[in-house]
Amino acid sequence: MYTLTDVTKTYTQGKRTVVALDKVSLEIPDGQMVAIQGPTGGGKSTLLQMLGALDRPSTGTITFRSNDLSAAGESTLTGVRATDIGIVFQSFNLIPTLTAQENVEMALVPLGVGTAERATRARDALASVGLDERGGHLPSELSGGQQQRVAIARALVKRPAVLLADEPTGALDESTRDEIMDLLEKMWTELGLTLIVVTHDSAVARRAQRRLHIKNGHVKDVA
Amino acid sequence: MFGTYLRRELVGRRKQTVIIAIGMALAIALVILVQSFSAGVKNAQASVLESVYGVGTDITVSQTPEAPSGEPGGGGGAGRFDFGADDGTTTDDGSTAVSQSRLAAERGTETFDAAALDSVLTVNNVAAASATLALTNTTFDGELPDFSEVRSGGAPGDGAAPASGGADGAGGSSFDVNSFTVLGLDPSGDSVGPLSSVTLADGRGLDADDAESTVAILDSSYATSAELAVGDTLNIGGTDFEVVGTVTSTSADATTASNVYIPLGVAQSVAGLEGMVSTISVQAASSTAIAQVKSDIEAALPDATVSSQEDLASSVSGSLASASTLISQLGTWLSLAVLVAAFALAILFTISGVTRRTREFGTLKAIGWSNRRIIGQVAGESTVQALIGGVIGVVVGLGAILIINAAGITLGASATSSTGPGGVGSPGGAGPGGGFGGAAAAVAQTTDVVLNAPITATVIAIAAGIALIGGLLAGAFGGWRAARLRPAEALRSVS
Ligand SMILES: Nc1ncnc2c1ncn2[C@@H]1O[C@H](COP(=O)(O)OP(=O)(O)O)[C@@H](O)[C@H]1O
Ligand SMILES: [Mg+2]
Repeated sequence: MYTLTDVTKTYTQGKRTVVALDKVSLEIPDGQMVAIQGPTGGGKSTLLQMLGALDRPSTGTITFRSNDLSAAGESTLTGVRATDIGIVFQSFNLIPTLTAQENVEMALVPLGVGTAERATRARDALASVGLDERGGHLPSELSGGQQQRVAIARALVKRPAVLLADEPTGALDESTRDEIMDLLEKMWTELGLTLIVVTHDSAVARRAQRRLHIKNGHVKDVA
Repeated sequence: MFGTYLRRELVGRRKQTVIIAIGMALAIALVILVQSFSAGVKNAQASVLESVYGVGTDITVSQTPEAPSGEPGGGGGAGRFDFGADDGTTTDDGSTAVSQSRLAAERGTETFDAAALDSVLTVNNVAAASATLALTNTTFDGELPDFSEVRSGGAPGDGAAPASGGADGAGGSSFDVNSFTVLGLDPSGDSVGPLSSVTLADGRGLDADDAESTVAILDSSYATSAELAVGDTLNIGGTDFEVVGTVTSTSADATTASNVYIPLGVAQSVAGLEGMVSTISVQAASSTAIAQVKSDIEAALPDATVSSQEDLASSVSGSLASASTLISQLGTWLSLAVLVAAFALAILFTISGVTRRTREFGTLKAIGWSNRRIIGQVAGESTVQALIGGVIGVVVGLGAILIINAAGITLGASATSSTGPGGVGSPGGAGPGGGFGGAAAAVAQTTDVVLNAPITATVIAIAAGIALIGGLLAGAFGGWRAARLRPAEALRSVS
C-alpha cells in the first residue's frame, strides 16, 4: 500500500528548474496492477523512482508499508529496495560480464542469502520465466526478450511485494512484447504482487486494473 | 558472489586490468631494483670497510694529521731520504749507487702515544681493543750522477738549474722507488682489528711469541706480485724479516688492509716510532653501546678522531661511492616518480571505469546493493589489479636483479686507513729534498667488490605493500565516485 501526499519532485539543471512531479496525491493498494501512461517527459519515470525508493521527493510524503520513504535515510531506502521492490528496466540493465544465473543471484546478495540457497533460488526464478537452460549464458548471448526475462527473474527472485517496470517492452519487437507482458501479468496473478508498469502501449494498459495518466507532472486516473 | 563478480569484471574488462597492472608492475620492479641495488652497494661498502678495519670493529680511534707542512720525519711528513756522505758506493765513473729502505708512518696518518689504548680499554662497554701502526716502507734503488762533474763539465751559462730535484732531474740519474704498506699489530690479538678479516693462505699467523721477532705476514696478492713466498726474506726499513705466512681477505674479491703485517713492537722500533700507534680498533660490547663508547672515548682522548662504522662508510670512495650516491639519489627519485605515475594511472583508470559502469552500479543500487558493498567491489577490483601488477613487478624486478648479479658488475672502492684528510692522491708529496716522497702516496686501500644485489623478504614485502596501497587508493577514489551515483541513474535509457 502506497500513500502519496502532495509529492513534488523538482530537478534543477543550472538555472533551469523542472517540475517533474507536481503535488501528486495518490493511493495504490497492495496487489493492484497499475498501468502508467503519458507523453515523454511527463514524469512517469520520476514517479516510478519515488515508488521504488530510488529517490526522495522534494516535498510531500510517500508512505510504503508504514515506511516514510520521503524522510527515510539512505540505509532504510536501500533496505526497502533490497527486500520489497523488484524493478525491471527498459534496457534490461543486466551486468554484461555475468551469466544469467549470476545476474539473478546479484539480487540475493544484499539479503545475505547463502551460496547454495542463492543458486537454487536463482535457478528456480529462471525456470519460472522459462529460461531453465540459459543460466550459463552471458547477456550478449541472449535475445532481447530472453534478457528481459532474466531481468524479470532478477526482480522476482527476492519475492518482493512490488514489481515496478519502466517501459519493459520498449526495447523489444512486436512479438516479444506480448510474451513479456503475458509473463508479467502471469507473475502478478501467481505471486499476488503489486505491479506498476509504465507503458506507451494502450493494448497493454487496457489489461491493467487501473490506468494512470501523467502529463507535466500531474497525475490523473483514467476511467 | 564478490569473488565471481570480481573475477568476471577483471576478465571482462581486460584492458583496464592490463593497464593498471602494467603501471604498477613497472613501478614495483623499479622500487625492487633500487632497493636491492642500494642494499648491494651497502653490503659492498661494508665488505670494503671490513677488509680495511676488520670484522667486528665498531669504532676506530686515530689522530687527525696536522697541516701537511709539518716537520719532515713527523707522522704525516713526506718520505724523505737523506743520503749522508758515506751512503752508497761511488763507482769509477763518479756516479754513486745507492740503495736504501726507509720505514715511516703512512702518509695521511698521525701517530700518537700507545697509552691511548689503555685509556680506551678503561671505557665502559669496550669489549676489545687493539692498536696498530700503519707504516709505509719505501725502497730507493738508484744511481746518483757525479754532481761535481756535471757542474764543471756543463756549460756554465746555460741557465739550467743545477740538480733540479726530482727523479728525472738533471744528469741522467736513474732511480727506482718501490713502496709497500706495513702494518704493525699486536701479534697476540686477532679478535678485533685488521687481521680479523683475513684467512691464512699459507704458512702460519702471528702469535704472542712473535712480539719481538722480525717475522712478517704478507697479503697473498702482494706476495705474488713481489715474488715472495713463505721462508723468503723481506727487507723492511733496513731490517730483514722472515716471511712466515700469507693471508687473503675473507670477503671475496677484496685485498687485505695492508701488504705486510709485522709485530707492533718490532714495527715501532724499526720505524723509530717507539710507543707510537696510528689506529686503535675498538669493539663495543653491543651495537646499542656504540654511541656511548664513542662519546666516552672522545671524552677520554680529546685530541683523537673517533669514528664509528657509519662515519667510516663515508670514507669509502671510488666507483662504489658514486654508485651509492647515484642509487640513493637518482634511483629514489626515479622510483618515486614512477610510483606516483602508476598510482595516478590506477586512480584515473578506476574512476573512468566506474563512470563507464554508471548504469551497472545504478542498477545494483536499485536492486538493493548498499554503497558499502559497491565500494568494496570497486576497491576489491582495483586492489586485485594492482596486486597482479605487484606479482609481475616482483618477477620482472627479481629477473633484472638476477641478470645484474650474473653480469658481475665490479665496483672499485678505496678507503683510506685513516679517516683524516690527506689520503689518496693528495698533492704536495714531492718534498724539496729529492722528491721521492710522492711514491709513498699509494697508501689507501683499494678494493674491487663485485656488486651483488640481495633479494630479501623485505623487498618483497615492500612490493606487496606498494601494490596494496596503490590498489586501495585507486579503490577509494573509484568507490567514492561510485557511492555518489544516484540509483535512479539505472532508469536512464541511454547508457
Ligand atoms: N536527473 C534529472 N535531471 C534533470 N531533469 C530531469 C532528471 N530526470 C528527469 N528530468 C526531467 O523531469 C521531467 C520528467 O522526466 P521523466 O520522469 O523521465 O519523464 P518520462 O519518464 O515520463 O519520459 C522531464 O522534463 C525530464 O527532463
Ligand atoms: Mg521515462
